[in-house]
Amino acid sequence: MAATIVTRKTDWTGIIFAAVLTLVIVFPLVVVGTWAFTNVWRYPSVIPQEFGLRFWNQTLARADVWSSISMSLTLAFTVTALSAAICLPAAYAFARMDFPGRNLLFFSFLAGHAFPKFGLLVAIAGIFLQLNLIGTFWGVVLIQLVGTLLFMIWIPVAAFQAVDRRMEEAARDVGASPFRVFWSITLPQAGPTIAAAILLSFVGTFYETEGAWLIGAPQVRTLPVLMISFINNQPVIQYGAVLSVLLWVPSFIALLFARKVVNSGSFARGFGG
Amino acid sequence: MSVLKIKDVSKIFPNGTTAVDSFSLDVADGELVCLLGPSGSGKSTLLRMVGGFETPTSGLMTIDGEDITRVPPEKRPTGMVFQSHALWTHMNVFKNLAFGLKLRKVPADEIKRRVEGVLELVGLGGYGTRSVTQLSGGQQQRVALARSLVLEPKILLLDEPFASLDQHLRERLREEVRDIQQRLKITTLFVTHGQDEALSMADRIVVMRDGKTEQIDRPDVVYREPQTPFVAGFIGTMNLIEGVVSNGVFSKAGYATPLPVSDGPVTLAVRPESLDLSAVSQGSQGKVHRVTDYGTHGMVDLELLDGTRVKAMVPHPDLFKPGQGVTLAPKAIAAYRDGRVIHRTGVVATTAHPALVDA
Ligand SMILES: Nc1ncnc2c1ncn2[C@@H]1O[C@H](COP(=O)(O)OP(=O)(O)O)[C@@H](O)[C@H]1O
Ligand SMILES: [Mg+2]
Repeated sequence: MAATIVTRKTDWTGIIFAAVLTLVIVFPLVVVGTWAFTNVWRYPSVIPQEFGLRFWNQTLARADVWSSISMSLTLAFTVTALSAAICLPAAYAFARMDFPGRNLLFFSFLAGHAFPKFGLLVAIAGIFLQLNLIGTFWGVVLIQLVGTLLFMIWIPVAAFQAVDRRMEEAARDVGASPFRVFWSITLPQAGPTIAAAILLSFVGTFYETEGAWLIGAPQVRTLPVLMISFINNQPVIQYGAVLSVLLWVPSFIALLFARKVVNSGSFARGFGG
Repeated sequence: MSVLKIKDVSKIFPNGTTAVDSFSLDVADGELVCLLGPSGSGKSTLLRMVGGFETPTSGLMTIDGEDITRVPPEKRPTGMVFQSHALWTHMNVFKNLAFGLKLRKVPADEIKRRVEGVLELVGLGGYGTRSVTQLSGGQQQRVALARSLVLEPKILLLDEPFASLDQHLRERLREEVRDIQQRLKITTLFVTHGQDEALSMADRIVVMRDGKTEQIDRPDVVYREPQTPFVAGFIGTMNLIEGVVSNGVFSKAGYATPLPVSDGPVTLAVRPESLDLSAVSQGSQGKVHRVTDYGTHGMVDLELLDGTRVKAMVPHPDLFKPGQGVTLAPKAIAAYRDGRVIHRTGVVATTAHPALVDA
């Protein structure tokens, strides 16, 4: 009833919202997407004079593009794996155990997000400088690891807390050690939610730019960092445009994967036994 | 072959709650003992201590003479069935049962054989590939039982396993579990707050209240000779009439009966089936309030002259009408003072299960 009344009135808020969204998000996407497949586009034409894959060939022929793609993927995998190995057991401890200083420690994990990010990065960079970590792979891994803590602690803590304690006790009862219970019961039960956290961490790391640039550049160059340097230093717009289209690929894959996880049936079933 | 001994076990939770208070119990080999008591009386806490999920604050527990008081649950020869079945929903029925055997490094073909055997035993042969979420409540509880049984535990622990099932199913599973337990001769501790469950299944009943034992006896003894007014009131239907004895006569409102105990306040306990009524027109001790005909027998609710409610079971309910005056003639009574039984008459010794009366 209420819905029909609302729909009959012109929903100005909605229209303005849609218009702003279109301008801010869709329009730049279309422009960048168009540039990426443009061979010739001269002022004052509204549409490109010549479409084509010339700049794709040129971009993909560059060695620095391929090395940055492989650097980005290696970093994202390494950081996510490390983050999972560190955060999942910690999240389980937060969810299931009561120990002195629990709350303080919990919030210290999240504190990285309570301050302006760049300030924190600069502070960390200062420390890394002393430790000779600037410009190294592991320096970038460390800084990006800090960025994943929020997802990889907070979300899994909620997921673990939702697992029925009786299931864990039943596993102890048939002879499973606490670690085995975590591995065989708790983790699969919390599976879909944890998979989402891991995905977020992977994608977030892949696109992470400030930390990678501040700590890694110029020795460690990720795809987003390379794109920024293209946009800043290259007179040819298409290089940057092609890279940003390339950069969409992981998030599309992530989206597809996320849909699969959500659609895979009941959340409780998790990854299977 | 397995004997469980619990000696002076107490559990005080960190928040100060004393859930179990100096509790002692010996469960003989192959015996099924029911822990019966109202909600909050410490039954689950006691069972969880035997299973290893809670650590006693003090006391000692042994299985076949071996101290298990501080042994973690995965190293105990106990098997627990939870009220909420607690099946692992990410595994199918077979995997649920096989998990414990795999941990024990049992060869695959033997796992298969044992799992199928136990599934057969609980009436779920061929259900191995089913997802546990596709099963009905009763089937899930059977799988939970099978998951414990397949490991052949020395002590089987069940915590209100049928509480979430409907009445009909509950009665059927009760019989099945009892059959299986007797067939396997497995020493069993069974928690329930339902007296009919305890009376129909147990070899012995432990009536618990506030973490302490009120009475430990065979079901028929608990029913016929409750040691405390609490047990008397908790098991079956019992009329508890508070009155005073003077010169060997108990009196309450217009009702009086000889009672050979010393003078003082007394709680008189009479089962409805032990209370004969006669319809009278003069000198009545009470008045019929309501008559319910159950077909096989009738239940008369009556009021003593001061309004105290009393129930009596009668063979011919049509003889009584609301408002009718009656006299009372108890065939068996017990008298309690200070929480203990001080007198009992007319106890009929029998081992048959007592007839239950709807409360
Ligand atoms: N983990 C716990 N922490 C504090 N108090 C508890 C805990 N578990 C149970 N209790 C308390 O102990 C008492 C006995 O509980 P429980 O053993 O569950 O009783 P029952 O199973 O007979 O209903 C209750 O008062 C309950 O509130
Ligand atoms: Mg309980």
